[in-house]
Amino acid sequence: MNLNDQTIGNDILPGDIRPHINTELQNGKPLFVSHRKPLEESLENPIPQIMVKELNFYYGRQKALSKVSLGIPAKKATALIGPSGCGKSTLLRTFSRMNDLIANARIEGTVTIDGRNIYDRDTDVVELRRRVGMVFQKSTPFPKSIYDNVAYGLRIVGIRDKKTLDQIVEKSLRQAVLWEEVKDNLGKSALALSGGQQQRLCIARALAVGPEILLMDEPCSALDPNATARIEELIFELKDDYTVVIVTHNMQQAVRVSDFTAFLYLGELIEFGSTQKIFTVPKDRRTEAYLTGKFG
Amino acid sequence: MSLKNFKEALIEKIIFLSGIASIILVILIFIFLAKEGLSLFKSVHLGDFLLGRRWHPISEPPQFGVLPLILGSLFVTLGAAVISVPMGIASAIYIAEVAPPRMKEILKSGIELLAAIPSVVLGFIGMTTLVPFVKHHLNLPTGLTAFSGSVMLAFMAMPTIVSIAEDALTAVPQKYKEAALALGATRWQAIHRVILRAASSGIVAAVMLGIGRVVGETMAVMMITGNAVRMPTSLFQPVRTLTATIAAEMGETVRGSAHYHALFAIGIVLFVITFVINLIADWAVHRKLK
Repeated sequence: MNLNDQTIGNDILPGDIRPHINTELQNGKPLFVSHRKPLEESLENPIPQIMVKELNFYYGRQKALSKVSLGIPAKKATALIGPSGCGKSTLLRTFSRMNDLIANARIEGTVTIDGRNIYDRDTDVVELRRRVGMVFQKSTPFPKSIYDNVAYGLRIVGIRDKKTLDQIVEKSLRQAVLWEEVKDNLGKSALALSGGQQQRLCIARALAVGPEILLMDEPCSALDPNATARIEELIFELKDDYTVVIVTHNMQQAVRVSDFTAFLYLGELIEFGSTQKIFTVPKDRRTEAYLTGKFG
Repeated sequence: MSLKNFKEALIEKIIFLSGIASIILVILIFIFLAKEGLSLFKSVHLGDFLLGRRWHPISEPPQFGVLPLILGSLFVTLGAAVISVPMGIASAIYIAEVAPPRMKEILKSGIELLAAIPSVVLGFIGMTTLVPFVKHHLNLPTGLTAFSGSVMLAFMAMPTIVSIAEDALTAVPQKYKEAALALGATRWQAIHRVILRAASSGIVAAVMLGIGRVVGETMAVMMITGNAVRMPTSLFQPVRTLTATIAAEMGETVRGSAHYHALFAIGIVLFVITFVINLIADWAVHRKLK
Protein backbone atom coordinates (compact mmCIF):
# COMPACT_ATOMS: atom_id res chain seq x y z
CA MET A 1 0.00 0.00 0.00
CA ASN A 2 1.83 3.07 -1.15
CA LEU A 3 -0.99 5.39 -0.33
CA ASN A 4 -0.44 7.88 2.41
CA ASP A 5 -3.06 7.93 5.07
CA GLN A 6 -3.91 11.56 4.69
CA THR A 7 -5.58 10.98 1.36
CA ILE A 8 -7.80 8.26 2.71
CA GLY A 9 -11.04 9.37 4.18
CA ASN A 10 -10.68 12.97 3.16
CA ASP A 11 -13.68 14.34 1.42
CA ILE A 12 -12.58 14.44 -2.16
CA LEU A 13 -14.77 16.63 -4.27
CA PRO A 14 -14.96 16.82 -8.05
CA GLY A 15 -11.91 18.64 -9.24
CA ASP A 16 -9.89 17.54 -6.25
CA ILE A 17 -7.43 15.27 -7.97
CA ARG A 18 -5.11 12.81 -6.43
CA PRO A 19 -1.48 13.25 -7.47
CA HIS A 20 -0.91 9.94 -9.18
CA ILE A 21 -3.77 10.51 -11.54
CA ASN A 22 -2.66 14.01 -12.20
CA THR A 23 0.72 13.00 -13.52
CA GLU A 24 -0.84 10.65 -15.98
CA LEU A 25 -3.02 13.38 -17.28
CA GLN A 26 -0.08 15.68 -17.67
CA ASN A 27 1.53 13.20 -19.97
CA GLY A 28 -1.05 14.36 -22.40
CA LYS A 29 -2.59 10.97 -23.05
CA PRO A 30 -6.29 11.06 -23.80
CA LEU A 31 -7.69 8.77 -21.19
CA PHE A 32 -11.27 8.66 -22.33
CA VAL A 33 -12.97 6.87 -25.12
CA SER A 34 -16.49 7.21 -26.35
CA HIS A 35 -18.25 4.35 -28.07
CA ARG A 36 -18.49 6.37 -31.23
CA LYS A 37 -14.75 6.73 -31.50
CA PRO A 38 -12.62 4.00 -33.02
CA LEU A 39 -11.70 1.26 -30.60
CA GLU A 40 -8.00 1.87 -31.00
CA GLU A 41 -8.24 4.93 -28.86
CA SER A 42 -9.21 2.93 -25.82
CA LEU A 43 -6.03 0.94 -26.26
CA GLU A 44 -4.16 4.03 -25.26
CA ASN A 45 -5.45 3.57 -21.74
CA PRO A 46 -2.69 2.44 -19.42
CA ILE A 47 -2.57 -1.36 -19.70
CA PRO A 48 -6.21 -2.31 -20.20
CA GLN A 49 -6.83 -5.61 -18.49
CA ILE A 50 -10.43 -6.07 -19.46
CA MET A 51 -11.23 -5.28 -23.08
CA VAL A 52 -14.87 -5.13 -24.03
CA LYS A 53 -15.57 -5.07 -27.73
CA GLU A 54 -18.91 -4.47 -29.43
CA LEU A 55 -20.81 -6.12 -26.60
CA ASN A 56 -24.53 -6.69 -27.01
CA PHE A 57 -26.52 -8.27 -24.25
CA TYR A 58 -30.12 -9.48 -24.33
CA TYR A 59 -32.50 -10.66 -21.65
CA GLY A 60 -34.81 -12.64 -23.88
CA ARG A 61 -35.83 -10.06 -26.48
CA GLN A 62 -34.97 -7.07 -24.41
CA LYS A 63 -31.63 -5.54 -25.27
CA ALA A 64 -29.75 -4.53 -22.14
CA LEU A 65 -26.39 -3.54 -23.61
CA SER A 66 -25.79 -2.17 -27.05
CA LYS A 67 -22.39 -2.10 -28.77
CA VAL A 68 -20.44 -1.40 -25.63
CA SER A 69 -16.67 -1.12 -26.10
CA LEU A 70 -14.20 -0.07 -23.48
CA GLY A 71 -10.87 -0.99 -21.96
CA ILE A 72 -10.62 -1.21 -18.19
CA PRO A 73 -7.10 -0.52 -16.97
CA ALA A 74 -5.21 -2.82 -14.64
CA LYS A 75 -4.72 -1.93 -10.97
CA LYS A 76 -7.01 1.07 -11.10
CA ALA A 77 -10.53 1.57 -9.82
CA THR A 78 -13.09 2.02 -12.55
CA ALA A 79 -16.59 3.15 -11.72
CA LEU A 80 -19.62 2.28 -13.82
CA ILE A 81 -22.32 4.90 -13.33
CA GLY A 82 -25.68 5.68 -14.85
CA PRO A 83 -29.38 5.76 -14.01
CA SER A 84 -31.18 2.57 -12.88
CA GLY A 85 -31.63 0.09 -15.68
CA CYS A 86 -28.83 1.53 -17.78
CA GLY A 87 -27.04 -1.81 -17.89
CA LYS A 88 -24.16 -1.07 -15.55
CA SER A 89 -24.72 -4.13 -13.37
CA THR A 90 -25.28 -6.28 -16.43
CA LEU A 91 -21.97 -5.12 -17.86
CA LEU A 92 -20.18 -5.82 -14.59
CA ARG A 93 -21.59 -9.32 -14.37
CA THR A 94 -20.42 -10.22 -17.86
CA PHE A 95 -16.83 -9.90 -16.64
CA SER A 96 -17.10 -13.05 -14.54
CA ARG A 97 -19.82 -14.66 -16.62
CA MET A 98 -22.32 -14.47 -13.78
CA ASN A 99 -24.93 -13.93 -16.49
CA ASP A 100 -24.51 -17.62 -17.35
CA LEU A 101 -26.97 -18.28 -14.53
CA ILE A 102 -29.76 -16.35 -16.22
CA ALA A 103 -31.89 -18.68 -18.26
CA ASN A 104 -32.57 -16.72 -21.45
CA ALA A 105 -29.71 -14.26 -21.51
CA ARG A 106 -27.76 -13.94 -24.74
CA ILE A 107 -24.49 -12.20 -25.45
CA GLU A 108 -22.72 -10.99 -28.60
CA GLY A 109 -19.26 -9.50 -28.93
CA THR A 110 -16.21 -10.25 -26.85
CA VAL A 111 -14.88 -9.62 -23.37
CA THR A 112 -11.15 -10.17 -23.26
CA ILE A 113 -9.26 -10.49 -20.01
CA ASP A 114 -5.48 -10.57 -20.29
CA GLY A 115 -5.73 -11.27 -23.97
CA ARG A 116 -8.22 -14.14 -23.81
CA ASN A 117 -11.85 -13.91 -24.78
CA ILE A 118 -13.71 -15.24 -21.76
CA TYR A 119 -16.70 -16.13 -23.93
CA ASP A 120 -14.65 -18.65 -25.91
CA ARG A 121 -16.04 -22.12 -25.82
CA ASP A 122 -13.04 -23.57 -24.02
CA THR A 123 -13.05 -21.01 -21.19
CA ASP A 124 -12.97 -22.65 -17.78
CA VAL A 125 -15.64 -20.60 -16.01
CA VAL A 126 -14.68 -21.86 -12.56
CA GLU A 127 -11.09 -20.80 -13.15
CA LEU A 128 -12.26 -17.45 -14.54
CA ARG A 129 -14.32 -16.73 -11.45
CA ARG A 130 -11.37 -17.45 -9.23
CA ARG A 131 -9.43 -14.75 -11.07
CA VAL A 132 -12.35 -12.35 -11.15
CA GLY A 133 -13.87 -11.98 -7.70
CA MET A 134 -17.25 -10.45 -7.10
CA VAL A 135 -18.89 -8.59 -4.22
CA PHE A 136 -22.63 -8.19 -4.38
CA GLN A 137 -25.01 -5.40 -3.55
CA LYS A 138 -26.53 -7.27 -0.64
CA SER A 139 -23.85 -8.82 1.49
CA THR A 140 -24.06 -12.56 1.14
CA PRO A 141 -22.26 -14.26 4.01
CA PHE A 142 -23.00 -17.97 4.09
CA PRO A 143 -24.76 -19.24 7.22
CA LYS A 144 -21.43 -20.44 8.55
CA SER A 145 -18.81 -19.09 10.93
CA ILE A 146 -16.68 -16.08 9.99
CA TYR A 147 -13.67 -18.33 9.54
CA ASP A 148 -15.53 -20.84 7.38
CA ASN A 149 -16.86 -18.05 5.19
CA VAL A 150 -13.38 -16.81 4.33
CA ALA A 151 -11.99 -20.32 4.04
CA TYR A 152 -14.79 -21.44 1.73
CA GLY A 153 -13.09 -20.52 -1.53
CA LEU A 154 -9.89 -22.19 -0.37
CA ARG A 155 -11.48 -25.39 0.80
CA ILE A 156 -13.30 -25.94 -2.47
CA VAL A 157 -9.97 -26.13 -4.26
CA GLY A 158 -8.81 -28.70 -1.77
CA ILE A 159 -6.70 -26.64 0.62
CA ARG A 160 -7.07 -28.52 3.90
CA ASP A 161 -3.89 -27.60 5.70
CA LYS A 162 -4.95 -25.77 8.86
CA LYS A 163 -1.86 -23.57 8.93
CA THR A 164 -2.25 -22.39 5.33
CA LEU A 165 -5.94 -21.76 5.89
CA ASP A 166 -5.29 -19.81 9.11
CA GLN A 167 -2.71 -17.73 7.33
CA ILE A 168 -4.80 -16.82 4.32
CA VAL A 169 -7.91 -16.20 6.43
CA GLU A 170 -6.01 -13.78 8.63
CA LYS A 171 -4.36 -12.06 5.68
CA SER A 172 -7.66 -11.65 3.84
CA LEU A 173 -9.46 -10.35 6.91
CA ARG A 174 -6.64 -7.88 7.48
CA GLN A 175 -6.83 -6.74 3.86
CA ALA A 176 -10.53 -6.19 4.29
CA VAL A 177 -9.82 -4.26 7.52
CA LEU A 178 -12.00 -6.59 9.52
CA TRP A 179 -9.40 -8.60 11.39
CA GLU A 180 -9.17 -6.43 14.49
CA GLU A 181 -12.94 -6.56 14.98
CA VAL A 182 -13.39 -10.31 14.60
CA LYS A 183 -10.09 -11.96 15.51
CA ASP A 184 -11.42 -13.22 18.85
CA ASN A 185 -14.68 -14.47 17.41
CA LEU A 186 -13.74 -16.31 14.25
CA GLY A 187 -16.07 -19.15 15.20
CA LYS A 188 -19.08 -16.89 15.51
CA SER A 189 -21.81 -17.00 12.86
CA ALA A 190 -21.16 -14.51 10.09
CA LEU A 191 -24.84 -13.61 10.21
CA ALA A 192 -24.31 -12.04 13.63
CA LEU A 193 -22.08 -9.32 12.16
CA SER A 194 -23.35 -5.85 11.31
CA GLY A 195 -24.21 -4.99 7.70
CA GLY A 196 -20.94 -3.19 7.09
CA GLN A 197 -18.92 -5.96 8.69
CA GLN A 198 -20.77 -8.55 6.60
CA GLN A 199 -19.87 -6.66 3.44
CA ARG A 200 -16.22 -6.46 4.46
CA LEU A 201 -16.35 -10.17 5.24
CA CYS A 202 -17.61 -10.79 1.71
CA ILE A 203 -14.72 -8.73 0.39
CA ALA A 204 -12.29 -10.76 2.52
CA ARG A 205 -13.88 -13.95 1.22
CA ALA A 206 -13.43 -12.79 -2.35
CA LEU A 207 -9.81 -11.76 -1.71
CA ALA A 208 -8.92 -15.07 -0.06
CA VAL A 209 -9.23 -16.86 -3.38
CA GLY A 210 -6.50 -14.63 -4.77
CA PRO A 211 -8.23 -12.84 -7.64
CA GLU A 212 -6.62 -10.22 -9.86
CA ILE A 213 -9.83 -8.39 -10.57
CA LEU A 214 -12.49 -7.43 -8.05
CA LEU A 215 -15.99 -6.63 -9.27
CA MET A 216 -18.27 -4.76 -6.89
CA ASP A 217 -21.95 -4.35 -7.58
CA GLU A 218 -23.15 -1.37 -5.54
CA PRO A 219 -21.32 -2.67 -2.47
CA CYS A 220 -22.46 0.18 -0.23
CA SER A 221 -26.05 0.67 -1.27
CA ALA A 222 -27.40 -1.16 1.78
CA LEU A 223 -25.00 0.41 4.27
CA ASP A 224 -25.10 3.46 6.52
CA PRO A 225 -22.71 6.38 5.84
CA ASN A 226 -20.17 5.17 8.40
CA ALA A 227 -19.92 1.68 7.01
CA THR A 228 -19.89 3.14 3.50
CA ALA A 229 -16.88 5.30 4.35
CA ARG A 230 -14.99 2.27 5.61
CA ILE A 231 -15.70 0.26 2.49
CA GLU A 232 -14.64 3.19 0.33
CA GLU A 233 -11.34 3.50 2.21
CA LEU A 234 -10.88 -0.17 1.63
CA ILE A 235 -11.54 0.05 -2.11
CA PHE A 236 -9.10 2.91 -2.27
CA GLU A 237 -6.40 0.71 -0.80
CA LEU A 238 -7.29 -2.39 -2.74
CA LYS A 239 -6.79 -0.77 -6.11
CA ASP A 240 -3.04 -0.75 -5.54
CA ASP A 241 -3.06 -4.50 -5.85
CA TYR A 242 -6.25 -5.29 -7.72
CA THR A 243 -8.14 -4.09 -10.72
CA VAL A 244 -11.35 -2.84 -9.18
CA VAL A 245 -14.55 -2.31 -11.12
CA ILE A 246 -17.36 -0.83 -9.09
CA VAL A 247 -20.96 -0.19 -10.01
CA THR A 248 -22.41 2.68 -8.06
CA HIS A 249 -25.42 4.93 -8.19
CA ASN A 250 -23.70 7.31 -5.83
CA MET A 251 -21.76 9.82 -7.90
CA GLN A 252 -19.82 11.18 -4.96
CA GLN A 253 -18.66 7.65 -4.34
CA ALA A 254 -17.46 7.31 -7.92
CA VAL A 255 -15.46 10.50 -7.47
CA ARG A 256 -14.04 9.38 -4.14
CA VAL A 257 -12.87 5.92 -5.08
CA SER A 258 -12.36 5.66 -8.83
CA ASP A 259 -9.66 6.66 -11.28
CA PHE A 260 -11.82 6.05 -14.32
CA THR A 261 -15.51 6.38 -14.88
CA ALA A 262 -17.80 4.92 -17.50
CA PHE A 263 -21.21 6.51 -17.93
CA LEU A 264 -23.88 4.24 -19.33
CA TYR A 265 -27.31 5.29 -20.44
CA LEU A 266 -30.05 3.05 -21.87
CA GLY A 267 -27.60 0.22 -22.49
CA GLU A 268 -25.08 2.35 -24.33
CA LEU A 269 -21.71 3.53 -23.17
CA ILE A 270 -21.96 7.29 -23.46
CA GLU A 271 -18.61 8.29 -22.12
CA PHE A 272 -15.54 6.69 -20.61
CA GLY A 273 -12.50 8.46 -19.29
CA SER A 274 -10.63 9.59 -16.24
CA THR A 275 -12.97 10.30 -13.37
CA GLN A 276 -11.60 13.79 -13.10
CA LYS A 277 -12.43 14.62 -16.71
CA ILE A 278 -15.85 13.01 -16.69
CA PHE A 279 -16.88 14.93 -13.62
CA THR A 280 -15.35 18.28 -14.55
CA VAL A 281 -15.51 18.50 -18.32
CA PRO A 282 -17.93 15.85 -19.60
CA LYS A 283 -17.92 15.63 -23.37
CA ASP A 284 -21.46 14.45 -23.85
CA ARG A 285 -24.40 16.59 -22.81
CA ARG A 286 -26.20 13.48 -21.49
CA THR A 287 -23.33 12.85 -19.11
CA GLU A 288 -23.45 16.42 -18.00
CA ALA A 289 -27.20 16.29 -17.55
CA TYR A 290 -26.94 13.13 -15.44
CA LEU A 291 -24.12 14.45 -13.31
CA THR A 292 -25.91 17.68 -12.61
CA GLY A 293 -29.00 15.77 -11.56
CA LYS A 294 -31.24 16.63 -14.49
CA PHE A 295 -32.30 12.97 -14.69
CA GLY A 296 -31.55 9.64 -13.09
CA MET B 1 -75.07 -3.38 19.55
CA SER B 2 -75.17 -2.57 15.88
CA LEU B 3 -75.56 -5.34 13.33
CA LYS B 4 -72.04 -4.75 12.10
CA ASN B 5 -70.50 -5.17 15.52
CA PHE B 6 -72.64 -8.23 16.15
CA LYS B 7 -71.37 -9.80 12.94
CA GLU B 8 -67.78 -9.05 13.87
CA ALA B 9 -68.21 -10.61 17.30
CA LEU B 10 -69.94 -13.67 15.88
CA ILE B 11 -67.23 -14.30 13.31
CA GLU B 12 -64.60 -13.86 15.95
CA LYS B 13 -66.30 -16.48 18.14
CA ILE B 14 -66.62 -18.96 15.29
CA ILE B 15 -62.97 -18.63 14.35
CA PHE B 16 -61.99 -19.00 17.98
CA LEU B 17 -64.02 -22.20 18.36
CA SER B 18 -62.59 -23.72 15.18
CA GLY B 19 -59.10 -22.86 16.31
CA ILE B 20 -59.50 -24.36 19.74
CA ALA B 21 -61.39 -27.44 18.51
CA SER B 22 -58.26 -29.16 17.25
CA ILE B 23 -56.49 -28.62 20.55
CA ILE B 24 -59.44 -29.92 22.51
CA LEU B 25 -59.63 -32.96 20.28
CA VAL B 26 -55.95 -33.76 20.79
CA ILE B 27 -56.34 -33.42 24.52
CA LEU B 28 -59.43 -35.62 24.56
CA ILE B 29 -57.70 -38.29 22.49
CA PHE B 30 -54.72 -38.19 24.77
CA ILE B 31 -56.87 -38.47 27.89
CA PHE B 32 -58.81 -41.37 26.42
CA LEU B 33 -55.62 -43.13 25.36
CA ALA B 34 -54.05 -42.62 28.76
CA LYS B 35 -57.15 -43.72 30.67
CA GLU B 36 -57.62 -46.92 28.67
CA GLY B 37 -53.92 -47.71 28.34
CA LEU B 38 -52.66 -46.94 31.80
CA SER B 39 -55.18 -49.22 33.52
CA LEU B 40 -53.16 -52.13 32.12
CA PHE B 41 -50.47 -51.32 34.63
CA LYS B 42 -52.76 -52.16 37.53
CA SER B 43 -52.19 -55.81 36.65
CA VAL B 44 -48.99 -55.75 34.57
CA HIS B 45 -45.67 -54.29 35.61
CA LEU B 46 -44.39 -51.46 33.34
CA GLY B 47 -40.98 -53.16 33.02
CA ASP B 48 -42.57 -56.45 32.01
CA PHE B 49 -44.62 -54.61 29.43
CA LEU B 50 -41.81 -52.63 27.80
CA LEU B 51 -39.03 -55.20 28.12
CA GLY B 52 -41.00 -58.43 28.03
CA ARG B 53 -39.98 -60.64 25.16
CA ARG B 54 -43.28 -62.48 24.77
CA TRP B 55 -46.53 -61.16 23.42
CA HIS B 56 -49.10 -63.87 24.15
CA PRO B 57 -52.22 -61.87 24.99
CA ILE B 58 -54.66 -64.77 24.93
CA SER B 59 -52.64 -67.52 26.56
CA GLU B 60 -53.26 -68.32 30.20
CA PRO B 61 -51.81 -66.40 32.00
CA PRO B 62 -51.49 -63.75 29.24
CA GLN B 63 -48.10 -62.22 28.56
CA PHE B 64 -47.88 -58.63 27.39
CA GLY B 65 -44.25 -58.03 26.42
CA VAL B 66 -44.04 -55.48 23.59
CA LEU B 67 -40.29 -55.54 23.04
CA PRO B 68 -40.56 -57.74 19.92
CA LEU B 69 -43.18 -55.35 18.53
CA ILE B 70 -41.08 -52.28 19.28
CA LEU B 71 -38.09 -53.93 17.64
CA GLY B 72 -40.24 -54.98 14.70
CA SER B 73 -41.30 -51.37 14.17
CA LEU B 74 -37.71 -50.24 14.64
CA PHE B 75 -36.32 -52.71 12.09
CA VAL B 76 -38.88 -51.80 9.47
CA THR B 77 -38.50 -48.08 10.12
CA LEU B 78 -34.71 -48.07 10.06
CA GLY B 79 -34.69 -50.15 6.90
CA ALA B 80 -37.11 -47.76 5.25
CA ALA B 81 -35.07 -44.76 6.41
CA VAL B 82 -31.83 -46.19 5.04
CA ILE B 83 -33.47 -46.53 1.64
CA SER B 84 -35.65 -43.45 1.50
CA VAL B 85 -33.49 -40.77 3.13
CA PRO B 86 -30.54 -40.78 0.70
CA MET B 87 -32.82 -41.32 -2.28
CA GLY B 88 -35.29 -38.68 -1.12
CA ILE B 89 -32.63 -36.04 -0.48
CA ALA B 90 -30.87 -36.82 -3.73
CA SER B 91 -34.05 -36.47 -5.72
CA ALA B 92 -34.93 -33.26 -3.87
CA ILE B 93 -31.53 -31.84 -4.85
CA TYR B 94 -32.07 -32.92 -8.42
CA ILE B 95 -35.51 -31.31 -8.59
CA ALA B 96 -34.51 -28.11 -6.82
CA GLU B 97 -31.08 -27.44 -8.27
CA VAL B 98 -30.30 -29.48 -11.33
CA ALA B 99 -33.38 -30.43 -13.32
CA PRO B 100 -34.40 -28.26 -16.27
CA PRO B 101 -37.76 -26.52 -15.70
CA ARG B 102 -39.89 -29.01 -17.65
CA MET B 103 -38.31 -32.04 -16.00
CA LYS B 104 -38.88 -30.33 -12.67
CA GLU B 105 -42.62 -30.03 -13.28
CA ILE B 106 -42.90 -33.65 -14.39
CA LEU B 107 -40.98 -34.95 -11.40
CA LYS B 108 -42.90 -32.83 -8.92
CA SER B 109 -46.25 -34.08 -10.14
CA GLY B 110 -44.84 -37.62 -10.15
CA ILE B 111 -43.91 -37.29 -6.49
CA GLU B 112 -47.31 -35.88 -5.65
CA LEU B 113 -48.93 -38.79 -7.42
CA LEU B 114 -46.86 -41.21 -5.38
CA ALA B 115 -48.15 -39.52 -2.22
CA ALA B 116 -51.70 -39.99 -3.45
CA ILE B 117 -51.51 -43.79 -3.70
CA PRO B 118 -53.44 -45.35 -0.79
CA SER B 119 -51.22 -47.46 1.42
CA VAL B 120 -53.39 -50.52 0.96
CA VAL B 121 -52.71 -50.35 -2.77
CA LEU B 122 -48.98 -50.13 -2.17
CA GLY B 123 -49.30 -53.08 0.21
CA PHE B 124 -51.21 -55.02 -2.39
CA ILE B 125 -48.63 -54.29 -5.10
CA GLY B 126 -45.84 -55.22 -2.71
CA MET B 127 -47.53 -58.46 -1.83
CA THR B 128 -47.92 -59.59 -5.42
CA THR B 129 -44.59 -58.35 -6.82
CA LEU B 130 -42.01 -57.54 -4.17
CA VAL B 131 -42.69 -60.42 -1.78
CA PRO B 132 -42.21 -63.21 -4.35
CA PHE B 133 -39.20 -61.35 -5.73
CA VAL B 134 -37.53 -61.18 -2.32
CA LYS B 135 -38.34 -64.80 -1.56
CA HIS B 136 -36.96 -66.01 -4.87
CA HIS B 137 -33.85 -63.88 -5.23
CA LEU B 138 -32.68 -63.92 -1.63
CA ASN B 139 -33.56 -67.58 -1.34
CA LEU B 140 -35.67 -67.15 1.80
CA PRO B 141 -38.37 -69.42 3.17
CA THR B 142 -40.80 -66.52 2.91
CA GLY B 143 -40.78 -63.12 1.23
CA LEU B 144 -42.93 -61.63 3.98
CA THR B 145 -40.03 -59.98 5.83
CA ALA B 146 -39.04 -56.75 7.54
CA PHE B 147 -36.96 -56.00 4.46
CA SER B 148 -39.94 -56.16 2.11
CA GLY B 149 -41.84 -53.89 4.49
CA SER B 150 -38.93 -51.45 4.53
CA VAL B 151 -38.81 -51.23 0.74
CA MET B 152 -42.55 -50.58 0.45
CA LEU B 153 -42.50 -48.06 3.31
CA ALA B 154 -39.58 -46.29 1.71
CA PHE B 155 -41.91 -45.54 -1.21
CA MET B 156 -44.37 -44.07 1.22
CA ALA B 157 -41.81 -41.91 3.00
CA MET B 158 -40.28 -40.64 -0.24
CA PRO B 159 -43.00 -38.13 -1.21
CA THR B 160 -42.91 -36.53 2.23
CA ILE B 161 -39.12 -36.35 2.29
CA VAL B 162 -38.77 -35.16 -1.29
CA SER B 163 -41.41 -32.46 -1.22
CA ILE B 164 -40.43 -30.96 2.13
CA ALA B 165 -36.69 -31.16 1.41
CA GLU B 166 -37.28 -29.64 -2.02
CA ASP B 167 -39.19 -26.75 -0.45
CA ALA B 168 -36.30 -26.20 1.96
CA LEU B 169 -33.75 -26.21 -0.86
CA THR B 170 -35.80 -23.88 -3.03
CA ALA B 171 -36.17 -21.50 -0.08
CA VAL B 172 -32.39 -21.03 0.13
CA PRO B 173 -31.81 -17.52 -1.23
CA GLN B 174 -30.41 -17.43 -4.74
CA LYS B 175 -27.72 -15.09 -3.47
CA TYR B 176 -25.94 -17.91 -1.63
CA LYS B 177 -25.63 -19.86 -4.82
CA GLU B 178 -24.43 -16.82 -6.76
CA ALA B 179 -21.88 -15.97 -4.10
CA ALA B 180 -20.53 -19.51 -4.05
CA LEU B 181 -20.26 -19.63 -7.83
CA ALA B 182 -18.61 -16.20 -7.87
CA LEU B 183 -15.90 -17.65 -5.63
CA GLY B 184 -15.14 -20.26 -8.24
CA ALA B 185 -17.23 -23.09 -6.83
CA THR B 186 -18.52 -25.71 -9.22
CA ARG B 187 -22.23 -26.40 -9.23
CA TRP B 188 -21.85 -29.44 -6.99
CA GLN B 189 -19.57 -27.57 -4.57
CA ALA B 190 -22.13 -24.80 -4.30
CA ILE B 191 -24.86 -27.35 -3.64
CA HIS B 192 -23.20 -29.47 -1.02
CA ARG B 193 -21.22 -26.89 0.91
CA VAL B 194 -23.58 -23.96 0.85
CA ILE B 195 -27.09 -24.82 -0.26
CA LEU B 196 -27.40 -28.10 1.66
CA ARG B 197 -25.94 -26.42 4.73
CA ALA B 198 -28.35 -23.54 4.51
CA ALA B 199 -31.29 -25.91 4.02
CA SER B 200 -30.15 -28.41 6.64
CA SER B 201 -32.85 -27.68 9.19
CA GLY B 202 -35.60 -28.12 6.61
CA ILE B 203 -34.00 -31.32 5.40
CA VAL B 204 -33.84 -32.75 8.92
CA ALA B 205 -37.49 -31.88 9.35
CA ALA B 206 -38.30 -33.61 6.06
CA VAL B 207 -36.50 -36.76 7.15
CA MET B 208 -38.20 -36.78 10.54
CA LEU B 209 -41.67 -36.32 9.08
CA GLY B 210 -40.94 -39.06 6.55
CA ILE B 211 -39.88 -41.38 9.36
CA GLY B 212 -42.92 -40.35 11.37
CA ARG B 213 -45.08 -41.46 8.50
CA VAL B 214 -43.29 -44.84 8.37
CA VAL B 215 -43.65 -45.47 12.11
CA GLY B 216 -47.36 -44.81 11.99
CA GLU B 217 -48.05 -46.76 8.80
CA THR B 218 -50.22 -49.80 9.36
CA MET B 219 -51.93 -51.32 6.38
CA ALA B 220 -49.03 -51.97 4.01
CA VAL B 221 -46.88 -53.22 6.87
CA MET B 222 -49.53 -55.63 8.00
CA MET B 223 -49.81 -57.05 4.51
CA ILE B 224 -46.11 -57.46 3.83
CA THR B 225 -44.08 -58.05 6.96
CA GLY B 226 -45.45 -61.46 7.89
CA ASN B 227 -46.71 -60.49 11.36
CA ALA B 228 -44.82 -63.15 13.28
CA VAL B 229 -44.48 -62.13 16.92
CA ARG B 230 -40.95 -62.98 17.85
CA MET B 231 -37.74 -61.18 18.68
CA PRO B 232 -36.36 -60.12 15.30
CA THR B 233 -32.70 -60.84 14.70
CA SER B 234 -32.39 -59.92 11.06
CA LEU B 235 -34.12 -57.82 8.42
CA PHE B 236 -34.90 -60.93 6.43
CA GLN B 237 -37.36 -62.41 8.90
CA PRO B 238 -41.05 -61.87 9.35
CA VAL B 239 -41.73 -59.26 12.04
CA ARG B 240 -44.75 -57.70 13.67
CA THR B 241 -44.95 -53.96 14.21
CA LEU B 242 -46.74 -51.99 16.92
CA THR B 243 -49.29 -50.62 14.50
CA ALA B 244 -50.08 -53.98 12.88
CA THR B 245 -50.65 -55.50 16.32
CA ILE B 246 -53.26 -52.94 17.24
CA ALA B 247 -55.01 -53.21 13.88
CA ALA B 248 -54.99 -57.00 13.85
CA GLU B 249 -56.09 -57.65 17.41
CA MET B 250 -58.44 -54.81 18.31
CA GLY B 251 -61.41 -56.55 16.72
CA GLU B 252 -60.96 -59.68 18.82
CA THR B 253 -60.63 -58.19 22.27
CA VAL B 254 -63.24 -57.91 24.92
CA ARG B 255 -63.80 -54.33 25.89
CA GLY B 256 -62.27 -53.68 29.31
CA SER B 257 -60.12 -56.81 29.32
CA ALA B 258 -56.37 -56.72 29.99
CA HIS B 259 -55.73 -57.42 26.29
CA TYR B 260 -57.87 -54.42 25.36
CA HIS B 261 -55.96 -52.18 27.73
CA ALA B 262 -52.65 -53.58 26.47
CA LEU B 263 -53.49 -52.49 22.92
CA PHE B 264 -54.16 -48.98 24.19
CA ALA B 265 -50.84 -49.10 26.02
CA ILE B 266 -49.22 -49.92 22.67
CA GLY B 267 -51.00 -46.87 21.35
CA ILE B 268 -49.33 -44.81 24.06
CA VAL B 269 -45.92 -46.22 23.07
CA LEU B 270 -46.58 -45.25 19.45
CA PHE B 271 -47.78 -41.84 20.53
CA VAL B 272 -44.60 -41.26 22.50
CA ILE B 273 -42.41 -42.38 19.58
CA THR B 274 -44.09 -40.12 17.02
CA PHE B 275 -44.20 -37.28 19.53
CA VAL B 276 -40.43 -37.51 20.02
CA ILE B 277 -39.88 -37.61 16.26
CA ASN B 278 -42.04 -34.53 15.80
CA LEU B 279 -40.19 -32.79 18.61
CA ILE B 280 -36.89 -33.45 16.86
CA ALA B 281 -38.31 -32.16 13.58
CA ASP B 282 -39.63 -29.07 15.31
CA TRP B 283 -36.32 -28.45 17.04
CA ALA B 284 -34.52 -28.82 13.72
CA VAL B 285 -36.77 -26.32 12.00
CA HIS B 286 -36.40 -23.68 14.67
CA ARG B 287 -32.77 -24.28 15.45
CA LYS B 288 -30.58 -21.29 14.83
CA LEU B 289 -26.94 -21.39 13.97
CA LYS B 290 -24.91 -20.72 17.07
